[in-house]
Amino acid sequence: MADAFVYDAVRTPRGRGKKDGSLHEVPAVRLAAKTLEAIRDRNGLDTSTVDDIIFGCVDPVGEAGSVIPRSAAFEAGYDNKAPGMQISRFCASGLDAINLGAAKIAGGSDEIVIAGGVESMSRVGMGMSGGAWFMDPSVGLPGFFVPQGVSADLIATKYGFSRDDVDAYAVESQRRSAHSWEQGYFKNSVITIKDQNGLTILDHDEHMRPGTDMQSLASLNPSFVMPGEMGGFNAVAIQRHPEVEAINHVHHAGNSSGIVDGAAAILLGSENAGKAMGLKPRARIRAFTNIGSEPAIMLTGPVDVTKKLLDKAGMSLADIDLFELNEAFASVVLRYMQAFDIPHDKINVNGGAIAMGHPLGATGAMILGTVLDELERRDLNTALVTLCIGAGMGTATIIERV
Amino acid sequence: MANYTNFTVETDSDGIALVTWNMPDKSMNVFTEEVMNELEQIVDQTTADEAVKGVVFTSGKETFSGGADLTMLQKMLGLYEAKRGGNEEEAMRFLFDNAGRMTWLFRKLETSGKPWVSAINGTCMGGAFELSLACHGRVAADSDKVKMALPEVKVGIFPGAGGTQRVMRLTDPQSGLQMLTSGQNLTPKKAKSMGLIQEIAAPDQLIDAAKAMIKNGLKPVQPWDEKGFKLPGGPVYSAAGANLWPPAIAILRRETFGNYPGAAAILRAAYEGLLVPFDTGLRIEQRYFAQILRSTEARMMIRSLFVSLQELNKGARRPSSVPESKFTKIGVLGAGFMGAGIAFVTAKAGIPVVLLDRDIAAAEKGKAHSAGLMDGAIKKGRATAEQKEKLLSLITPTVDYKDLEGCDLVIEAVFEDSEVKKGATQQTEAVIAADAIFASNTSTIPISALAQNSSRPANFIGIHFFSPVDKMMLVEIILGEKTEDKAIATAIDYVRAIKKTPIVVNDTRGFYVNRCVLRYMAEAFQMVIEGVPPAMIENAARMAGMPVGPLALTDETAIDLAQKIMKQTIRDLGEKAVDPEQFKLINTMVDTHGRLGRKNGKGFYDYPEKPAKKHLWPELKTLYPQQDADSLDVEEVKQRFLVTIALEAARVMEEGIVTDPREADVGSILAFGFAPYTGGVLSYIDGMGMKKFLKLAADLEAKYGPQFKAPKLLADMAEKGETFYDRFNPYPTADKAA
Repeated sequence: MADAFVYDAVRTPRGRGKKDGSLHEVPAVRLAAKTLEAIRDRNGLDTSTVDDIIFGCVDPVGEAGSVIPRSAAFEAGYDNKAPGMQISRFCASGLDAINLGAAKIAGGSDEIVIAGGVESMSRVGMGMSGGAWFMDPSVGLPGFFVPQGVSADLIATKYGFSRDDVDAYAVESQRRSAHSWEQGYFKNSVITIKDQNGLTILDHDEHMRPGTDMQSLASLNPSFVMPGEMGGFNAVAIQRHPEVEAINHVHHAGNSSGIVDGAAAILLGSENAGKAMGLKPRARIRAFTNIGSEPAIMLTGPVDVTKKLLDKAGMSLADIDLFELNEAFASVVLRYMQAFDIPHDKINVNGGAIAMGHPLGATGAMILGTVLDELERRDLNTALVTLCIGAGMGTATIIERV
Repeated sequence: MANYTNFTVETDSDGIALVTWNMPDKSMNVFTEEVMNELEQIVDQTTADEAVKGVVFTSGKETFSGGADLTMLQKMLGLYEAKRGGNEEEAMRFLFDNAGRMTWLFRKLETSGKPWVSAINGTCMGGAFELSLACHGRVAADSDKVKMALPEVKVGIFPGAGGTQRVMRLTDPQSGLQMLTSGQNLTPKKAKSMGLIQEIAAPDQLIDAAKAMIKNGLKPVQPWDEKGFKLPGGPVYSAAGANLWPPAIAILRRETFGNYPGAAAILRAAYEGLLVPFDTGLRIEQRYFAQILRSTEARMMIRSLFVSLQELNKGARRPSSVPESKFTKIGVLGAGFMGAGIAFVTAKAGIPVVLLDRDIAAAEKGKAHSAGLMDGAIKKGRATAEQKEKLLSLITPTVDYKDLEGCDLVIEAVFEDSEVKKGATQQTEAVIAADAIFASNTSTIPISALAQNSSRPANFIGIHFFSPVDKMMLVEIILGEKTEDKAIATAIDYVRAIKKTPIVVNDTRGFYVNRCVLRYMAEAFQMVIEGVPPAMIENAARMAGMPVGPLALTDETAIDLAQKIMKQTIRDLGEKAVDPEQFKLINTMVDTHGRLGRKNGKGFYDYPEKPAKKHLWPELKTLYPQQDADSLDVEEVKQRFLVTIALEAARVMEEGIVTDPREADVGSILAFGFAPYTGGVLSYIDGMGMKKFLKLAADLEAKYGPQFKAPKLLADMAEKGETFYDRFNPYPTADKAA
């Protein structure tokens, strides 16, 4: 089997996912197109050689529907020979796009794949694609559906994280994100979104709140009391985890991932393709896998998938230099660190989605690029990238520099 | 018009046919095979008859109808089971077609092209309300006696004659789902506000109002059969739908713990039906209905909660040789919490009560209990000041035994002390008639022992109420060795008069109910000792279908009472009769930590000031090393509760304490809420199958101890392939006839 290599990684800045967000005026497809343009232009890529463009998108409806990477290729002016495909595994879609691309290359069907993701949460609302998962009683009952915020609060309750614990984690995420921006750690990957006249629309992650402290977070009310109590979801969570007497609601907008707009793309290729393109590989996709986990607690999949992946790859936790786990909610990361006894200075070292935002389908590709930049900056070798996923799943990928 | 057995049809000069449903020899109209056949003929004839402009449908009885005759469903299931021996698919088709009989009959009526109006003159339940919903017009009489409901979910099934489809197309989806999944009663006002009926009319104007709807041009087309029909809640897949369905599913799980397939089927049929045209929705509902009818839960719930309950309420166990008792006056000895409650329920049934205590203040206080209960009912709009006065006027507090003269029945509820009871018995018997009945409400002392104090042991019996008396629907009637038929009949007549359900139990320590309840608590104590997280103990019990967790229940009845019972058991039966570790746990709770239960605000739970909720005592976890929750099998924790109780009930049957499985089943549900979806303690075993149950019990015995040792009876039944309803057949004569 051939190795799949990462040749480049780009992402848009993340715009606040509301009507007053800077990227709200930019259609979802254009966010995707901008990343395709950057991949082509930065690498002098002959787009007729691209075997596939795989993009994750969690709500591929309305303007994001109808195979958005194919549409983005038209807008970006790609050669017609470059096809496109949209996938969803909820929040891990962007990383699963990369894994799928790597699998195609490793399997020999493809030489060059652009993989990534896009989500304009300000333009296509979260949940707009609907789904039997939470609507159909024949699915919701056996599936123990609860909203993710209640699941995150269940994690905090079950594993003993207090409001202070989750808030402290959020403060540190803001601090690290701000520091990384100040130091320019993201400049290699983040592209500026400009208008057709060359004027800048957005060149930085605008969701961040540098200077957030415990006091400012303490003033926020927990967000999931209402759905938990009135909506009956606490009871559902407890029926799945009956050692819990009552859910402790600790999450709020300040310690949960931000709602943002954004896109990311990774240029993947075989060794030969790299030679043909005249590019030096930055990293090898060493291993990846997926898992399903208990759906009511939902967001502990990273723990399960990490165990599975290390086992598959014949590696141990000690082999991993840096961990990147999407900050969907503070308790998700705290539980992961607790389960594996991972010190905070090895995980999410540049902050994460609590500060910078989580553009659902794009995040997996964004954080893989972020941790690759950081491996290079620190001259380290190996990173594990993982995300928690709706309905109880986990995706993880190990990359190593070459 | 043809002649019908169950209906009359009269067409007036305006061409409106008045169809009056009035079944001979029945106090209430119900859907039977014959009723459906006749109704179909009426639909055909009124449709074909050009002189008929429209139809008004009403009842000739005080009530409109009780809905489908559930024994008809039982019969249908029996036929299906019999056919399964041949061709499985054919049998299923038979059941499916039968399950849809009412559905398509009502649909035929609805699409007949003539306007139909249902004139709802009284209680209108289940299939009858579904028939009404299929009518183009619905008008109800303005009367307290008119209640409408689709209560099928309460016996494990669901409205399968279009109910799930029509309700969801008539009213806002949230109220619709709530009404369907709870089976709640609707007043005419409520039904009108929901859009389920269009009009309310004075009772004597009902038929005129119904006819007027037709004369005023009622369209014989339902809204959902019109082009451009829009669902009241908008499309399922919409923002409104996304706010409705996920919480509806969660709340259903919260309320049912996933134990009631009938309730789940309501949601499933409603959701799927709203995504398709009406006729397809009906077919979807029919598919679910056929499935739910076949479920063990429906079979068991229909049997226990409908058939057996009705039979027991009608006095199934009453000796028929004794003429029915009429109560002119009843005495209650002891005006404490139990005595006061007994006085209340007796007076509520319109029977004069003499409430006797040692001092008049105590007797008056006992009467005041009734005043308090009535005040509460008035506040909730469930009673009037007039009713309160009338009830209180029936209760005479006294200290004088002479006032008991003329009582047909005296119920003793004095302190649980043999000497005190002896005195009360003898002083009473000195004044009451020789054929009057004396009953003790004791919960701990054998009736035969107390009967030794009586000069007329043949008239001595136990009538064992549960606390709180006004709420608990079961009464155990305990037979002493010498108790005779007259006493049994009187006790049953009394329990029927106060509208509770009697079960007849032979004399033994703890009788029937308390033996089972103590097993439930003991299993929880053992789990605490094993280090099962306390919240899991409580949650798992409720997930198994119990209404109150065992630790909460112990708090309610008091932990020091549990301690007293253990001490008494050791005194009577020796050290080995009580598990020493459990005794230690209870002693630690009471003696070391002063935790007596709810009464002192400190038990297995803490009880902070309202509005804060009770929560488990945090220190409880420190008494024993805790197991890792994720390593525990919650299903097994749930089973331990149900199995330990069911085994005790099986022992009670083996010992001949309870002799009729209906009483064991119904009693277990009414007295301690035993997982109603199982149909009760014995139906739980029957539903699982004896072999499977014995395997489960053996596994649990190996892991957790001798409380799971099955009595020999069960092995014998397994060998013979018997169920409890075979072995202890409550219908022996019916079998002979068949």
